Amino acid sequence: MELSIITGSQVPIYRQIKDQICQAIANRTLKEGEKLPSIRSLADQLVLNHNTVAKAYHELVKDGVIESRHGRGAFVLQQRKVFNKAERSRRLKQVLDLLISEAILLNCTPEEVREEVEKSLEQLHSNSGK
Amino acid sequence: MSQYVIETEGLTRYFGNKLAVDQLNLKIPKGEIFAFLGRNGSGKTTTIRMMLGLLKPSRGKSSILGCNSQKLTKEYRNRIGYMTEDHFVYRWMSIAECAKYQKAGVPNWNHHVFQTVIDHFNLSSKTKTKHLSRGERAGLCLALTLAPEPELLILDDPALGLDPVARMSLIEAMLAVTRKNDRTILFSSHLINDVERVADRVAILDRSVLRVNSPMEEFRNQVKCWSLEFPMNFPDLPDIPGLVHVHQFENRLEITVANPDEKTEIILNSLGASSMEPHEISLEHSVINYMSSRDRTGSLLKLAAMA
Repeated sequence: MELSIITGSQVPIYRQIKDQICQAIANRTLKEGEKLPSIRSLADQLVLNHNTVAKAYHELVKDGVIESRHGRGAFVLQQRKVFNKAERSRRLKQVLDLLISEAILLNCTPEEVREEVEKSLEQLHSNSGK
Repeated sequence: MSQYVIETEGLTRYFGNKLAVDQLNLKIPKGEIFAFLGRNGSGKTTTIRMMLGLLKPSRGKSSILGCNSQKLTKEYRNRIGYMTEDHFVYRWMSIAECAKYQKAGVPNWNHHVFQTVIDHFNLSSKTKTKHLSRGERAGLCLALTLAPEPELLILDDPALGLDPVARMSLIEAMLAVTRKNDRTILFSSHLINDVERVADRVAILDRSVLRVNSPMEEFRNQVKCWSLEFPMNFPDLPDIPGLVHVHQFENRLEITVANPDEKTEIILNSLGASSMEPHEISLEHSVINYMSSRDRTGSLLKLAAMA
């Protein structure tokens, strides 16, 4: 798993770490049962205060994404929902806003946008059914 | 001994009739990396010098490692590493001579630490210090400060004049030091992105007054920013509790508020903006807003229009 953080971002560093781990789980770079790097080694690798990494791990444990086994490190749990509801809607809104502003630029009508979204959803549904 | 390595109470200092530090109350817990921020001339160095007993306060008191700052004995001083902002070294000495000289004055000397830092900055022990660049001199000072393995490190603007590689080395060194849980670092800096990497807690001194003293994430959570658009005229701003800063753009106000609550939104809503959106801001942005005068309008980029 390759993590990279940027300073000076609107997103606090601990949340960047958290987001990237969730992403790695979502795209299966990190699999169920896999061990995460230790807090110390990740803090060293990213040149960060280890408390920042600890905060990210702590929140991932709280969200049920990983579990911490005493003395052995942190492991990826079986995922039901990688993100909680609030986080899902926050992320969805981010890309939706982008979609809508692009649609406005292109002079699409709301109906057209809805139609395209429906089409894509149907396609996704029929693909996953196979 | 208390859990705080540094405690100040009403610490105040005047130079003539100019107020340099105004009733500072600060407690720095053991084992933390504490970032001390503020503009040049805001009183950071004066505060540090009072904490170390190098300057007498006009009023108030401070203690360090549980001892009154004004009564520090050599035993206490040996437990503190202090790097001044001017990175002073004797120009006629070589790096090796600097090490020898420093070693003679302290009870504890870890030469491995000294050598590691020196190597990291690509310095050779034979080099005379007068031939060192600003950043190299900072590296030498850092090595001299770290080798006695002090339990409290006070670094006054250690990143001043460092190139990006040297800055990263400095950060790594600071993180390495606090690997031992009982080590504490107080450092001042203008490089907020570096602060974001290392600090557990941030304090902001603004024109002699301490305005923030919070754990890093708490500080980030308590500062919120709203962007309000006004197509016609800007309204007169009412009193907004916790107002940090208002930045005026062409037809937009960016309002930064500390610890906002429901009332803040009600007040902002009443201003009649055509649109109003909360947004997250970076640590650097928050810090700059704290340090700028509240009503700083626009930016110096306006000069371009005047030219």
